[in-house]
Amino acid sequence: MAMEVTQVLLNAQSVDSTVRKHAEESLRQFQEQNLSVFLLSLSGELAGEDKPVDSRKLAGLILKNALDAKEQHRKYELVQRWLTLDMGVKTQIKACLLQTLSSPVHDARSTASQVIAKVAAIELPQKQWPELIGSLLSNIHQVPAHVKQATLETLGYLCEEVSPDVVDQDQVNKILTAVVQGMNANEVNNDVRLAATRALYNALGFSHANFSNDMERDYIMRVVCEATLCPDVKIRQAAFECLVSIASTYYEKLAPYIQDIFNITAKAVREDEEPVALQAIELWSSICDEEIDILEEYGGDFTADSDVPCYYFIKQALPALVPMLLETLLKQEEDQDLDEGAWNLAMAGGTCLGLVARTVGDDIVPLVMPFIEENITKPDWRQREAATYAFGSILEGPSPDKLTSIVNVALNFMLTALTNDPNSHVKDTTAWTLGRIFEFLHGSTVETPIITPANCQQIVTVLLQSMNDAPNVAEKACGALYFLVQGYEDIGSTSPITPYFQEIVKSLLHVTDREDAGESRLRTAAYETLNEVVRCSTDETASMVLQLVPIIMTKLHQTLEAEKLSSDGREKQNELQGLLCGCLQVITQKLGASEPAKYAFMQFADQIMNLFLRVFACRSATVHEEAMLAIGAVAHATGPDFAKYMPELYKYLEMGLQNFEEYQVCAVTVGVVGDICRALDDKVLPYCDGIMTQLLKDLSSNQLHRSVKPPIFSCFGDIALAIGENFEKYLMYAMPMLQSAAELSAHTSGADDEMIEYTNLLRNGILEAYSGIFQGFKNSPKTQLLIPYAPHILQFLDSIYMEKDMDDVVMKTAIGVLGDLADTLGSNAGSLIQQSLSCKDFLNECLSSDDHLIKESAEWAKMAIARAISV
Amino acid sequence: MAPHDLRRPFKRPAISDQQRRRDLSLLRQKQNRLDAQRRARCLASSVLSFQSEPKPPSQEQSHFELELELEIEPDAEEHQGPATTYDVRQASKLRGTEARRWFAKQLMLPEWMIDVPPNLNTDWYVFARPAGKRCFVVSSNGTTVSRLRNGILLHRFPSALPNGARINNVSRSSQSYCILDCIFHEPDQTYYVIDMVCWAGFSLYECTAEFRFFWLNSKLVEVGVCDTPSTFHKYRFATVPVYNCDQEGLQTAYIGPVPYIKDGLLFYNKHAHYETGNTPLALVWKDENCSEYVIDTDSKGQVPNQQQLVLELQDDGRLATSDDPSVIFGWLNEDFIQKTGLHAGNLLRFAVNDGGLSFVDGKLEKADLQYLGQSNRARAFADSYSKVMFQYIVRHSPLKIEHLFASIGPLGDGDIASHDVEMAA
Repeated sequence: MAMEVTQVLLNAQSVDSTVRKHAEESLRQFQEQNLSVFLLSLSGELAGEDKPVDSRKLAGLILKNALDAKEQHRKYELVQRWLTLDMGVKTQIKACLLQTLSSPVHDARSTASQVIAKVAAIELPQKQWPELIGSLLSNIHQVPAHVKQATLETLGYLCEEVSPDVVDQDQVNKILTAVVQGMNANEVNNDVRLAATRALYNALGFSHANFSNDMERDYIMRVVCEATLCPDVKIRQAAFECLVSIASTYYEKLAPYIQDIFNITAKAVREDEEPVALQAIELWSSICDEEIDILEEYGGDFTADSDVPCYYFIKQALPALVPMLLETLLKQEEDQDLDEGAWNLAMAGGTCLGLVARTVGDDIVPLVMPFIEENITKPDWRQREAATYAFGSILEGPSPDKLTSIVNVALNFMLTALTNDPNSHVKDTTAWTLGRIFEFLHGSTVETPIITPANCQQIVTVLLQSMNDAPNVAEKACGALYFLVQGYEDIGSTSPITPYFQEIVKSLLHVTDREDAGESRLRTAAYETLNEVVRCSTDETASMVLQLVPIIMTKLHQTLEAEKLSSDGREKQNELQGLLCGCLQVITQKLGASEPAKYAFMQFADQIMNLFLRVFACRSATVHEEAMLAIGAVAHATGPDFAKYMPELYKYLEMGLQNFEEYQVCAVTVGVVGDICRALDDKVLPYCDGIMTQLLKDLSSNQLHRSVKPPIFSCFGDIALAIGENFEKYLMYAMPMLQSAAELSAHTSGADDEMIEYTNLLRNGILEAYSGIFQGFKNSPKTQLLIPYAPHILQFLDSIYMEKDMDDVVMKTAIGVLGDLADTLGSNAGSLIQQSLSCKDFLNECLSSDDHLIKESAEWAKMAIARAISV
Repeated sequence: MAPHDLRRPFKRPAISDQQRRRDLSLLRQKQNRLDAQRRARCLASSVLSFQSEPKPPSQEQSHFELELELEIEPDAEEHQGPATTYDVRQASKLRGTEARRWFAKQLMLPEWMIDVPPNLNTDWYVFARPAGKRCFVVSSNGTTVSRLRNGILLHRFPSALPNGARINNVSRSSQSYCILDCIFHEPDQTYYVIDMVCWAGFSLYECTAEFRFFWLNSKLVEVGVCDTPSTFHKYRFATVPVYNCDQEGLQTAYIGPVPYIKDGLLFYNKHAHYETGNTPLALVWKDENCSEYVIDTDSKGQVPNQQQLVLELQDDGRLATSDDPSVIFGWLNEDFIQKTGLHAGNLLRFAVNDGGLSFVDGKLEKADLQYLGQSNRARAFADSYSKVMFQYIVRHSPLKIEHLFASIGPLGDGDIASHDVEMAA
């Protein structure tokens, strides 16, 4: 068999699909028959200097895929499989891999590097393969440059794959020393220097101790900065990537180097090749990101504690930084607006300018205004576009006070330019800038309105006109209209948009029907804007929103009539169905919230539901999700009558709940089950066996994305509240599940912020389940069934209180559960409650909370407890 | 290790509309869940029960004939029909006589202060009672209704109370009703809220006064009920400043300025629940300085020479107060009842003759009464014992503000003394 491996691997890359499939099948059988021998032959193949490079590469690739997978569950299986493999076999494989690093064939070395890192990622956390790093480091001193290069590359991959906490500082020091030496200007071989520079990028996450040591940090920074001046463009680019990463990982260490960094980047932005110049701009964008985060944490209160102080690098660099960025704006490419993947100096520069504006606020305005004034009327479109882009970029950050007067002058100019400028690129940016004006300077929170009765009509007219322009311009005009209407979101009962409502809706529908609406995201933008128009509408226009229902339904119906679609056509159909379902969802939610409009809307309910059910038959993840969301809105609006759709809908609910891969679909379906429970109350009972079974399966699965689990627990509560004591038969399954999840989520010690956030979501879900169950059983003769669970629940409340890391939402739900328990169990739980910490310290803390929802729940709990212990 | 992609979003809104749709749906679901939860919690505690004995006027004649049976089986009244339990929400839908009967029984009626309760300064609140019509304000199903003490409708209007007006943007559960205990103050057309019984479907009957007042003050402000009237909020609502009944509190309530005409002082025991009917845990007290209506007036607004009182005629001819248990002031003999065509349940007006009321060991022993006739039809109840007593002592030896201050404790400083002088002047 081993003899044949080379040929099979080559056949597996054959252009002849029959040969290829046959080879793939042989490989699969080989792997299934004897995994150890299979992996051994692959490693032998990869190491074999007499083998063709293509078979060696594929052997390495299959090895790599035998060690890791994207999907978490599969990844876990592969790790376990490797760990249980015979030690001798593994030792042999690893020897082959290390040996391959010395191969003169570049592709073989490079593949081996990656496989070694994958093995390391499994074994190092298990304290296995302790000699790996030592033996790699000994390679560094070998003479052949290609071995050194492969070793550095391996160290780079290793740092990328392995978590820093499984490598001890001593080894980190040695790795860094080797890597930084390899980057040094003394290193004559550019391949080695490039590999070292890329390795450093990954090793930076290991270097916290070294960055805290002044001498070591100085040395690393000097070498990185020198590498940005290397004659080899790839090395310069890689060195800048390191600088970008350092700027965000070690922001607080930058102060001594910032002047040099500015000089290096300014030179690169002005003189270097584009890939390098883009990295140089990205460095300043990253510093902006850091300072925006820090300042946000300060919350405007400069005495507040923050882990990292703000060094105001951007503010200090401003006089030099802004002119440098403004120069880049003039380097636009023709038609960049038509290329989805475009990313050039002008785009990066403008984006960075926007971040700078957010960082420094008002200070940027006087530095940019002269550039705008000078260029905005120039005959060269590049100058007009650059000026407009600069203006649009600085609209977020500076105070409205600073901007309003300027915008008032500019607004008219922009409207004229959008109508009359001969250049489409300028119009695109102008429409985008108008959108930014409306986004940041228009709305109920802005004191001086930009849009007045005097100019509203003109603005609407120009935007609607622009929707007939080129797709990219029309798309931006839709975006501007989106923010224009959003500004009237909470206007009350009379909106200034009302007189134009009909015309706006007509124009947007017209855009969706344009032949070229598939370009530049135009159709999507038009529907999204239509959604926002509906969301922000008032009762005055409810009848017009109602008229939209049959129109959107007809469009959805048409997508269902299309026959024999190509795969491309099917994709487009799915996308369109998603947009239309989304639109119907928004309309349903809007009209469902208004009593008079709701009744008129309900006449369409049957037809809408029928369409959604047909959409489900198309089975595409996104459509499924949108239709499901929409169904939730219909259920909420319909109430108990929704029962008539259940027989047909049920199987799709089940399907949604089974969709582990597209977890969003599963999550949305869980939410909709909640909607249905609230709509149907006890009429949901006949479907509960199936739903509960599926939910319990979901919870036990380690394939399902963890974010879906908290809502599933909440859904238990929804079901229990709807069916009351009928929940009895699920108690024996649900309660142990809740109990073990509660135990897991009681303590968070040592977890990071993200984990604490998730734990709180989980706690909230568990508590909502308890709440629903207690309230569901209230006043039932079966209340006593819950008594055995009370001690654990009270203990859970006590322990999360002691843990002191719950957020306000959990606090509100938790104190509510205490009340529900007391309310439902009454005197049966009186003494238990009195023994708990929750009914004293925790309750008191909630009673004196500033959050009125917490206070309300606490007051209620206090009452319920008083009743429970007084009886 | 290829170069890392550094493209940032360009000319794009940061949030996709699809994400927005998801987020808004989640938000709606969260809100719906919260509502469902609240509903579950509120319903659990808002069930009020009362004995329903609807006796339509047409049956009143026959009722008299039932007397004999009733005497044979004294418990018969309780067996007459099953106790009818109305949820407050259901009750809010009651109309006509039924509604009147129901609401007439739901108000907490303070007794009159005829002696000073102990621990006045620690266990009691005091506030100046606004002059006006005591009423229940009920918001439900998008409208607000106020009903007087006897159950008669005062106003029907839109208000900013939860579910108190049809405002289309807000979808509220039908169970989100409110019941406020108010005094309608004519001069500024304002409802002064003196107590809160239900809020957004949340029953406060079983809560202490301390909590009810806290809740009342925070909730009314929250929903903007105290704001200036508008289309959807026809009448202004206002809270009444409530003080701890210490020297300072009592003094402020007594002489401090308020935006309304005062009609005496109300004292609420901090730990008492909202009890329907007469309760000694809420007290009313008046003198000429803080009320225009200390001594009862007749229908023409004149103070009669003799104290008048209203008593209920019972089956056996006895004349009872509205208290539970009632206090018997005397009886009418059967001849008189026959002759005048009176029957049990009638409210009768009497004057206190020169003989007055005599007491033995603090208990009423004898009352010298003179029958004047049937009372005004609008009246729902007889006078309470404490009312009669208060009126009696006001005419003979009134309980003065000095007595109240004295009971609170030794005077801390000269304030009260100088205050006394002022009052004397």
